[in-house]
Amino acid sequence: MAEKKYDWSAIARNPKFVELHHKKSAFLFGWWMFSCAYYFLLPIGAAYTPGIFRVKVIGPVNVGYVFALSQFFVSWGIALYYSHVANKDFDRLTRELIDELHK
Amino acid sequence: MTLKKIIIAASLALSVAAAAFAEEPSKATAAAGSSSAMTAPAGSGATATAAPTTQAPAPAATAPAAAAPIKHKELKANKAITISMFAIIIAVTMAVVVKAASKTKSAADFYAAGGGITGTQNGWAIAGDYMSAASFLGISGLISLYGYDGFMYSVGWLVAYITVLLIVAEPCRNAGKYTLGDILSFRTSPKPVRAFAAISTVSVSTFYLTAQMVGAGKLMALLVGIPYKSSIIGVGILMVGYVVFGGMTATTWVQIIKAGLLMTGAFLLSVLVMAKAGFNPIGFFDTIVSNPNIQDHVSKMVLKDGIIMSGMDAGQRFLEPGLYLKNPLDQISLGMALVLGTAGMPHILMRFFTVPTAQAARKSVIIAMFIIGGFYILTTLLGFGSAIHLSPQGITAVDKGGNMATLMLAQQMGADISPIVGDLFLAFLCAVAFATILAVVSGLVLAASAAIAHDIYVNVIKDGHADQHEQVFAARVTSFVVGACGIVIGIAAEKQNVAHLVALAFAVAASGNLPVVVLSLFWRKFNTAGVISGLVVGTVASIALVMVSPNMTYPKVVAAGAKKVVAAMEQKQAALPPGTTLSENDAKALAKAREDAKQDGTSMVGLEKPLFTLKNPGIISIPLGFMAAIIGCLAFPSRRSEEMFDEVYVRQNTGIGMAKAIDH
Repeated sequence: MAEKKYDWSAIARNPKFVELHHKKSAFLFGWWMFSCAYYFLLPIGAAYTPGIFRVKVIGPVNVGYVFALSQFFVSWGIALYYSHVANKDFDRLTRELIDELHK
Repeated sequence: MTLKKIIIAASLALSVAAAAFAEEPSKATAAAGSSSAMTAPAGSGATATAAPTTQAPAPAATAPAAAAPIKHKELKANKAITISMFAIIIAVTMAVVVKAASKTKSAADFYAAGGGITGTQNGWAIAGDYMSAASFLGISGLISLYGYDGFMYSVGWLVAYITVLLIVAEPCRNAGKYTLGDILSFRTSPKPVRAFAAISTVSVSTFYLTAQMVGAGKLMALLVGIPYKSSIIGVGILMVGYVVFGGMTATTWVQIIKAGLLMTGAFLLSVLVMAKAGFNPIGFFDTIVSNPNIQDHVSKMVLKDGIIMSGMDAGQRFLEPGLYLKNPLDQISLGMALVLGTAGMPHILMRFFTVPTAQAARKSVIIAMFIIGGFYILTTLLGFGSAIHLSPQGITAVDKGGNMATLMLAQQMGADISPIVGDLFLAFLCAVAFATILAVVSGLVLAASAAIAHDIYVNVIKDGHADQHEQVFAARVTSFVVGACGIVIGIAAEKQNVAHLVALAFAVAASGNLPVVVLSLFWRKFNTAGVISGLVVGTVASIALVMVSPNMTYPKVVAAGAKKVVAAMEQKQAALPPGTTLSENDAKALAKAREDAKQDGTSMVGLEKPLFTLKNPGIISIPLGFMAAIIGCLAFPSRRSEEMFDEVYVRQNTGIGMAKAIDH
């Protein structure tokens, strides 16, 4: 069972945790909103601005197709970027916090 | 040891009984299956694929008139090759189960594979858990018939994982143990919260499982001629076997194997399709636009909307939106259910308890996103490839919803090399479909059993006082019962329209589960009353809206549509020169329409026409779920829940204290 009792509210006030919490919340919420907005542009655009979707880009490939395809790359991009930031920043802050607690 | 013997004996008894039960009506089913009465096979989840046949009486009025003469293609897999491929899959997965069973000793082993799955393995397993036969067969079918709209439809299924990655994966890993109930009951009154969480988990899993089981039965009957009931029982026994003996470890490996097979099949087939186009993507799109069959197909579709279009214009129209998804609000509603629902799916959430750390959970979602996204991009090639090489007319002749397009394409692409390759390739893809079904249903049974055994039995009935042996025993018995129920429901639902059940499962997960999970993890004031009101209102609202939506069958609406067909046909008949009769197809359509026009009565809930006009309830039920959770919580504030928020919040962000949660 538990080897150690933690004082949770003290951890919650720890400056390291506060920094982690602020950075993480801003990042997660911001990028989540961006990904939703970008995604819902697809059905909304297809329904209300079909003229733009019809514009040809290369040969028969049109804006609509490129836009739908871009959704995949944007999602992957966000995922990789998050992974990069989390591995670099969030995990480091978490480790520092845990090291401090176990001192 | 004795426990295992009891279960083996019980499952043998069940299989014998089931086989005996299936024996008698199997002849009738076989006959029905082979008479090419393929109305909506593999409605396994393409939420909308089966819809046009039941939902659109008005367009049907003109459709039969425009039916072109089509070479009717048979799609029958070579039975010997297909069955041997099935046997290989069964043998390999059973070997995995035997290995997993010896390692499954504690509750943590059973529900979470002892936390010993790596990030990469879990990524493949998530992909295997998530991509159902509907993704595999349904979406490429939609693309082959409706072009761009099918592709657009697939996008939401990937974007949904951004929510999983950013909002739920890591916090759930850090704050949870085995089930949704574990996350929600952390700082609330555990008993009522666990009970409601379990009910919600079981209902989501049941909706999804029913759709999968019915799809499985129809697909097997259509492809290899195994009668519907036997297919369901066969799939059911395998799924029970995997879960009861191997728990999460076996389920995970079945899902990994399936994802590997699925990607291999999709990749090979895409290479063959692109080889035909000389590996030139632009040339590939040129062939779509200039294909006379596609042009003809599109001009008939737009004619229903009163637009005259032909030649290259019609071909180009295939790459533009609006051929299939005509109601933007419904689209947005479905998008919301996907984007929020995937993150609230109990069988997906459960996957994050199998990895040791939050970092591994993060890695697994990213890997899953690349597999799933890559698969949907390949699906586009398969869908458009089917349209080019088989023609939309040829595809609808075999199945109206286009569900058979990928399989037909495999046979043809293979046969172009050599006939035996065609048979082998088709058999391989049938085996992939089979593995797909097994992987998805096993994950669902495991999630439902965990909710019943871990939340209700161990924590509500036994107050958490059950030793490891008893917990594992309870989990195995529950999985067995849940699986048996799945088989019974699957058989009972044979004649039901189940296509909307997948959308319903996502809507319930998005409106009931997700709001309470997010609020529990991120909102200080959240408490017991909030969890219960959120779960109840979100779930009930989604189900109620679907009950009064166009998803249900409305006899009077069907009859009205059929009357229009009758009128159109009679007009056509009158216009014919004397002495000639309607073509065979038209005559059939007329006879069917006359029959349908006699239908009278009301829908399941006693309505003459839908009260709610959207097929997807998310746009209403998701805000309702959030509002109910917030109002319920503010109406009955709890000091204890607020005081414990620091603990939850620190845990979910940092994973501190997590080891304790695993050993507990």
